[in-house]
Amino acid sequence: MHPAPSIILFTVLSGLGFGLMIFLGLGMPSPTGLSAFIWFAIAYILAVGGIISSTFHLGNPKNILKSFSQWRTSWLSREGCLAVATLLVMGVYGAALVFLNMRIPLLGYVGSALALATVYGTSMIYAQLKTVPRWNHPTTSVMFIAYAVSGGALLAGQVSLAVWFLPAAALLQLFIFLTADGRFGAAGSTIASATQLGNIGSVRQFEPPHTGSNYLMKEMIHVVGRKHALKLQIISVVLLFTPVLLLLLPFSHALALVAVLAHVAGVIVARWLFFAQAEHVVGLYYDKR
Amino acid sequence: MTTLPTHTEKKLGLVIDLDTCVGCHACVVSCKGWNTENYGAPLSDQDAYGANPSGTFLNRVHSYEVQPEAGPAQLIHFPKSCLHCDDAPCVTVCPTGASYKRVEDGIVLVNEADCIGCGLCAWACPYGARELDQQEGVMKKCTLCVDRIYNENLPEEDRQPACVRTCPAGARHFGDLGDENSDVSKLVAERGGVDLMPEQGTKPVNKYLPPRLKDDYTNTGDIDILAPLLEPVAPDAKGILGWLDKALEKL
Repeated sequence: MHPAPSIILFTVLSGLGFGLMIFLGLGMPSPTGLSAFIWFAIAYILAVGGIISSTFHLGNPKNILKSFSQWRTSWLSREGCLAVATLLVMGVYGAALVFLNMRIPLLGYVGSALALATVYGTSMIYAQLKTVPRWNHPTTSVMFIAYAVSGGALLAGQVSLAVWFLPAAALLQLFIFLTADGRFGAAGSTIASATQLGNIGSVRQFEPPHTGSNYLMKEMIHVVGRKHALKLQIISVVLLFTPVLLLLLPFSHALALVAVLAHVAGVIVARWLFFAQAEHVVGLYYDKR
Repeated sequence: MTTLPTHTEKKLGLVIDLDTCVGCHACVVSCKGWNTENYGAPLSDQDAYGANPSGTFLNRVHSYEVQPEAGPAQLIHFPKSCLHCDDAPCVTVCPTGASYKRVEDGIVLVNEADCIGCGLCAWACPYGARELDQQEGVMKKCTLCVDRIYNENLPEEDRQPACVRTCPAGARHFGDLGDENSDVSKLVAERGGVDLMPEQGTKPVNKYLPPRLKDDYTNTGDIDILAPLLEPVAPDAKGILGWLDKALEKL
């Protein structure tokens, strides 16, 4: 799949922002006044910035309000509804902390649960697609949630939790890198099942339907970036483990910043590979993966 | 509404005969011709006369080479457009309700006025039936020429999809695949019509008729059944031809 920067930024930044909200809602930390304003501003800039970035991917964004209407069947619609609900609930919870110096625990817990559900909603946009076997797997949702929770704990300064969550997320990513290559084959779609010509003999493309490229090929058949996949996988896992080591050192703000940057860079590389390595079954019609 | 109907009154669709298709791409051209100037946004082209042309098409013809274990390879032309699936995954993923499947005839359509151009429906389709128009930013797909098949301004013989009407080989058939007595249903039963990528669970309405068995010259040792008739006609020529034959032999 084409690794569109707008979608990579959307999933990484909004995942971090909603991850931070999970902890703010739980009262970890529980700031008030100006300090609360700064904490909530960071969470909102990440979450809303990510969502705004995702709209750059749209061909016709003027209809965006209609995308809240089909929550009965559409994970994209559900994700949008959950994101708005989270932002509203956390907005009230945060405003009470900033202006009234008052923590309303129940509102915070609801906001946390909604933030977690939003990240799950984001993950299901990808995990629901049978057409992309690499994504159509429970580890996709676990991975999105693991990044939100570990990145959120890191941003929220919950070091005692982060030292467990961060390596767990890194190990999960490693597990995905090691196992996801086989999913396309295991799903069973081949050029023979795509064309239903396999009972005659072995099928190969003789001539494509057009000499140039098209939307489908640009969007779903991305082969360029896979060349360095192994190197990028190693870089990603190293970056994902780096914050764990930094957190074990005596605390300083500079080290914490490096830890956050290393984590975000690791997630971005992993997310880029999440798209670039994903193969869509429509490629079979073009005899390409 | 992106909830799929539990039942459609008809299942209008296409039956495509892979034995008959000659790969002329006339259906591709007539589809683009009709659909670029009728329902919805035109089908735009990018860099049409430049070095890297591309454009939106609702119907494309692939060509495959199939190599049997023995005997010569076969070339099979393979037209592909929306299969108007019963369990259309493109419809349920749509966040705005722009994509829908009609209860009255089962046609899967996009209401372009509601489309945000997110492209998720194209990702959800295993067949590559949906293309996001790069000019308009809305999703385009085969409408089964919904603006022809019910169009009483057209002569009756033209009230079928443009691709079917134009096919010079008669490789494309249009009808109600939900009615087992329809011509298309009988054709599917007779020729063993199949679903593409059945493992995706989309339950496509369109069916593909597999190529028939080819004649095999290796059975008889003759390249052509006419070969015996191509023997020299007059092995023992008489008269002037006989004299010429002998004279030329002696040279």
